[in-house]
Amino acid sequence: MIQVNGLTKDYGARRAIDNLSFDAEQGEIVGFLGPNGAGKTTTMRILTGYMPPTDGTATVAGYDIVEESIEVRRRVGYLPETVPLYNDMTALEYLKFMADLRHIPNPEERAYETLEGVNLKDRANSYIGTFSKGMRQRIGLAQALIHRPEVLILDEPTIGLDPAQVVEMRNVIREIGKDRTVLLSTHILSEAQQICDRVLIINKGRIVTEDTPENLQSRLVGAQRVVIRVRGDSDGLNEKVSKVKGVRAVVSKQDGSVEFEFSAGEDSRPQVAKAVVQAGFDLLEMRPVGLSLEEIFLELTRDNATNKKSS
Amino acid sequence: MRNIWIIAKREYDHYFISPIAYVVGFMILLVVGIIFAMTILYFMQNAFQLFGQAPEITQITGAFGFLLVLTIPALTMRLLADEARMGTLELLLTAPVRDFELVAGKWLGGLLFVLTILAITIVYPIILDNLVTPGIDWQLTLSSYLGVILLAASFLALGVGISAVFTNQIAAFFLTLSIFVFLWWLVGFPAQILQGPASEVFRYLDMQSHFYDGFNRGIIYLTDVVYFFSLIALGLFIGTTAVEIRRWR
Repeated sequence: MIQVNGLTKDYGARRAIDNLSFDAEQGEIVGFLGPNGAGKTTTMRILTGYMPPTDGTATVAGYDIVEESIEVRRRVGYLPETVPLYNDMTALEYLKFMADLRHIPNPEERAYETLEGVNLKDRANSYIGTFSKGMRQRIGLAQALIHRPEVLILDEPTIGLDPAQVVEMRNVIREIGKDRTVLLSTHILSEAQQICDRVLIINKGRIVTEDTPENLQSRLVGAQRVVIRVRGDSDGLNEKVSKVKGVRAVVSKQDGSVEFEFSAGEDSRPQVAKAVVQAGFDLLEMRPVGLSLEEIFLELTRDNATNKKSS
Repeated sequence: MRNIWIIAKREYDHYFISPIAYVVGFMILLVVGIIFAMTILYFMQNAFQLFGQAPEITQITGAFGFLLVLTIPALTMRLLADEARMGTLELLLTAPVRDFELVAGKWLGGLLFVLTILAITIVYPIILDNLVTPGIDWQLTLSSYLGVILLAASFLALGVGISAVFTNQIAAFFLTLSIFVFLWWLVGFPAQILQGPASEVFRYLDMQSHFYDGFNRGIIYLTDVVYFFSLIALGLFIGTTAVEIRRWR
C-alpha cells in the first residue's frame, strides 16, 4: 500500500529526512516512533502530497506521490498534527465541505454517518470553535475518514487527549486498521507498542530500527534489571547476588540497595531471593526497574547521533 | 471546474458570517446611496442651468468602482493568509484539489460576494429610469456595470494573489492596498510627466482611465478588456505560484 524508496527532504541546508525507505501492507498499522524533530511530520507531509520530496520516490495505493499526486490524495485520509478545522463552521458543515471536495455523492448523509462513527452525532450542529480538544481531534479524524480512504495517515493522533480519550482514540484506530493501512506517528513508546503491528524508530531523519513491537521489546530489552533492598547494612550483598546463576551484572546503589541484571528468558529472581535470605539479610523489596524501553530508545537514538558525528 | 465551485461556495457562505464583509457591504451601499440621492437633488435644483440634462447612472458605478479600491483589500486579505495561519491550508493542499483550483475558487467566492452587493445597487437605475424621460440609456448602464464587474474581478485576483504570499492578514491588507493605490492614482503622474513610449506604458497601466474613459462612458474598448483580463490572469498566477512555493518550503 505504501512503498517508500530513498526519500530525502532538505529544508535549505538542513536535511529533515535522509534516504528513508520502508513499506506498509494493507491491513497493517505501522507506527512511526521518534523524538520531536526526527522527521515524522515531514515524511507524512510528503506521503500525503502536501510537499514534494527533494529526492527519492514513494508510491501510495499504487500511485506515485509526485507524478500522480491528485490520485494519491484521493485515496489518503490525513490528520495533521495541528488539526485543521474551521472554527466558524458547524461540525456538519465542515464535514459536508470535505465530502464535497472529495466529490462524494450525498455529502450530507455521509457527513452524518462519519460523525456517528466518531461519536459526535449529537454535536452535529455545534460550532467547531466550541469543541474541546478531544472533540476537535475526533472531528479531525472524521475528516480523514470521510471518503473511506485506503490509506490513513495520522500525525500524533493522541496528543493532548486525556487518558480516557486516548484509550478511545486507540480503539478507533485499531478498528480502522483491521482492513486499511494506517501510518501513525507518536513519540510515546507504549502507545506504539499497543496499537501498531510494526514500529519504525526514526531519528534525525533516518530509520534506526524496524520491527514488530514484540520483537523490538525482546531485542531491545535484552536484559532485565531488578532492584533489591534489604534492611540495615547491605555489605556483602553484592557478592552474594553475583554468585547466583544467571545474574550478569551487579551494581551497588548509594541508598544501600543493589541492582542486578539478568538475561531475558532466564528469570533468576527466585534464586536471588533465596540466596539473599539464606545469607541472613532481611529482604524488604524486590522490583523490576521500569523495563527501560524508554532508556533503550534514548540509547538507540543517541548512538545514532554520535555515529553521524564520527562519520 | 467543480472544485473551483465548491471552494467558491464555501468562501461565499463564509462572507456572510464575517463582520468585515457586512461592514464593507454597508459602507459601499451607504456611500453609493448618498451619492445617488445627492445627484438627483442636484439635477432637480439645477435643471434650468443644465438645460434639462438628465443624470446618468455612471455616477453610481463610478463611485462603486472607486470604493472597490478601499474595500477589496479587506475582503481578500484573509482568503489564503488565514488558511495558512490556521493550518487549514494543509487540509486543502492534501485534498484532491489543484493549486489553481484553490486560488481560483477563493477568487470566485470573493467575486460572487461583490456581485451580490452590486446587484443591490440595481435599484438605482430602475428608480432613475422612472424619474427621467424618456428613461435612461440602458446600454450605457450595462457597459458601466460590466466595467465595475471587470474592475472588481481584477482587484480581487490581485488581492487573492497577495493573500497567498502572506501568513499575516494585516500585511496582505496593506500590500494589496498599496498596489491598488499605485495602479489607481500614482501611475497617472508619470504618464503625464514622461514623454514618448515610457509615458505610453504608464498610461496603459493606469487603471482609472481603463474604467472611467471606456466602460463608464458606454464604450467598450478591446484594450480595456485585455487590460482587465491580464490583471485577473496575473493575480491568479501569483496566487497559484505562491501556493506552490509554500509546498516547497
